[in-house]
Amino acid sequence: MASAIELRHVTKRFLTPSGTAYTALRDLDLAVQEGEFCAVVGPTGCGKSTTLALISGLEPPSEGEVRVRDEIVRGVGRDVGYVFQVDAVFPWKSVLDNVATGPRFRGVTRRDADERARDWIKRVGLAGFERYYPHQLSGGMRKRAALAQTLINEPRILLMDEPFSALDVQTRTLMENELLQLWSATRASVVFVTHDLEEAIALADRVVVITAGPGTVKGVYRVDLPRPRNVAEIRFQPEFSRIYQEIWNDLRDEVLVSYERSKRSVS
Amino acid sequence: MSALSAASRNEPARAEDAGGAAAQARARARANRRLLVNGLRVAFAVVILGFWEIGTSIDANHRDGLLIDPFFYGRPSGIASQLWTWIANGTAQGPLWLQIATTLEEAFLGFLIGVVLGVIFGVALGRVRLLSDVFAPYIKALNAMPRVVLGSIFIITIGYGIWSKVALAVVLVFFVVFFNAFQGVREVDRVLIANARILGASERQLSTHVILPSALSWILASLHTSFGFALVGAVVGEYLGAIHGIGLIIATAQATFNPNGVFAAMFILAVVALTAEVALTWLEGRLIKWRPNTITDVRI
Repeated sequence: MASAIELRHVTKRFLTPSGTAYTALRDLDLAVQEGEFCAVVGPTGCGKSTTLALISGLEPPSEGEVRVRDEIVRGVGRDVGYVFQVDAVFPWKSVLDNVATGPRFRGVTRRDADERARDWIKRVGLAGFERYYPHQLSGGMRKRAALAQTLINEPRILLMDEPFSALDVQTRTLMENELLQLWSATRASVVFVTHDLEEAIALADRVVVITAGPGTVKGVYRVDLPRPRNVAEIRFQPEFSRIYQEIWNDLRDEVLVSYERSKRSVS
Repeated sequence: MSALSAASRNEPARAEDAGGAAAQARARARANRRLLVNGLRVAFAVVILGFWEIGTSIDANHRDGLLIDPFFYGRPSGIASQLWTWIANGTAQGPLWLQIATTLEEAFLGFLIGVVLGVIFGVALGRVRLLSDVFAPYIKALNAMPRVVLGSIFIITIGYGIWSKVALAVVLVFFVVFFNAFQGVREVDRVLIANARILGASERQLSTHVILPSALSWILASLHTSFGFALVGAVVGEYLGAIHGIGLIIATAQATFNPNGVFAAMFILAVVALTAEVALTWLEGRLIKWRPNTITDVRI
């Protein structure tokens, strides 16, 4: 099976304001299959978000090669959707205009774009809120709008950067279930970045653990839980806790390393 | 001003969620509060003007020395009668409305041209790093200079007509708007730009859909200050040399030792500036209706 996303020996360095180089990722290898839901977990500051920026084409790698659907990534591609950690809906556009933005940018007429947007607004459960501005919505509703805004472009590659981390636990579980539902209809290849191991296992086919920065792959785990899944209940299955324990053994060391570092940099 | 308009914008939202007696009590509390504020405002004006008026008529030390000398400081009743004379009989330069219209025309033209130029240059330099690096020292130098002195140059080169005043107003307005537009473009949320690029925005769409709307609240905030500057430019320009205008009235009043005339012209300017302020606040509300209403600190 062909890989939808492939990162080969990828290193990413940033220039810090003081003029030194900061290595976010070192020699990272990662492959995501067509239609696969892949979760990436790791401690804070391990370069998880950087990985997504490289796949999306927002940032070029310093070394190595990033391929999306067998083509080397040069700039932002048309097949990619990206749900950001913070609110990224445009505050000056209504829900309808926000969701219609993607098709409008891609040359669809206003009427067709609006029609598709209405359909997607319904699918994410925001029907009736078309004329509202983001500041009039709750955090969960803004996230729904962001999902619709991304999914309306029908991306083959869906990148998600801790999309639900700012939501309360109940809303979060709800949104996770809805994400799985929407995803099962599109079967896009997903890279879902999170620091929450439970969320990663509940959603993904495969979990990739990244080391404390500079990030590189520490381990890859298959999650053979049946689909369709109910995120709220899957946590009680014995298989779930077995996988959780297995991955946590790996992740714990990295979290400790990252924690020790942050303590040192504070003191 | 802005607190008042924010309160009135909140009203429909509040009326929806409130029911029956509680809503009435709240409406009453709000009405009482408004009465109190307006009453105190009138009282403040009465005290100041009253003190001024009475001070110009009482003999402070029984030797014909008045507490406030109306020869230098004018008096409210004198200012009112001066205004009435101008309205009824016109000024030395012609009818009053012509003077007001001239100043307004200069200020508006200067304001418009200054805003357009400021936005264009601000957005361009905010978007293109090289341009801003090259021009930064020149703009800082020009901004540090007291630009009112350019008025003399404009009078010499452009003449006594309205365009020399427009030019001065443009120079004053430009920098205020420029710096705000520039900052507004620089402060655009990186995530919003990334999101727009992922969604498929071209460079031009990035400007029109993300950068301009985001910078708009900065630009609109600068318009309040910059209309004031436009008036300053027009009036100072007229002061330096003109055929018509409120600045010329002030200059004439000064030359004839007529403080009532200076104050009356000031009063007219204040009315003009306040009217423009109200219009700009209304425009701002229309253009950025997406922004959350600020919650007023009125206790209910």
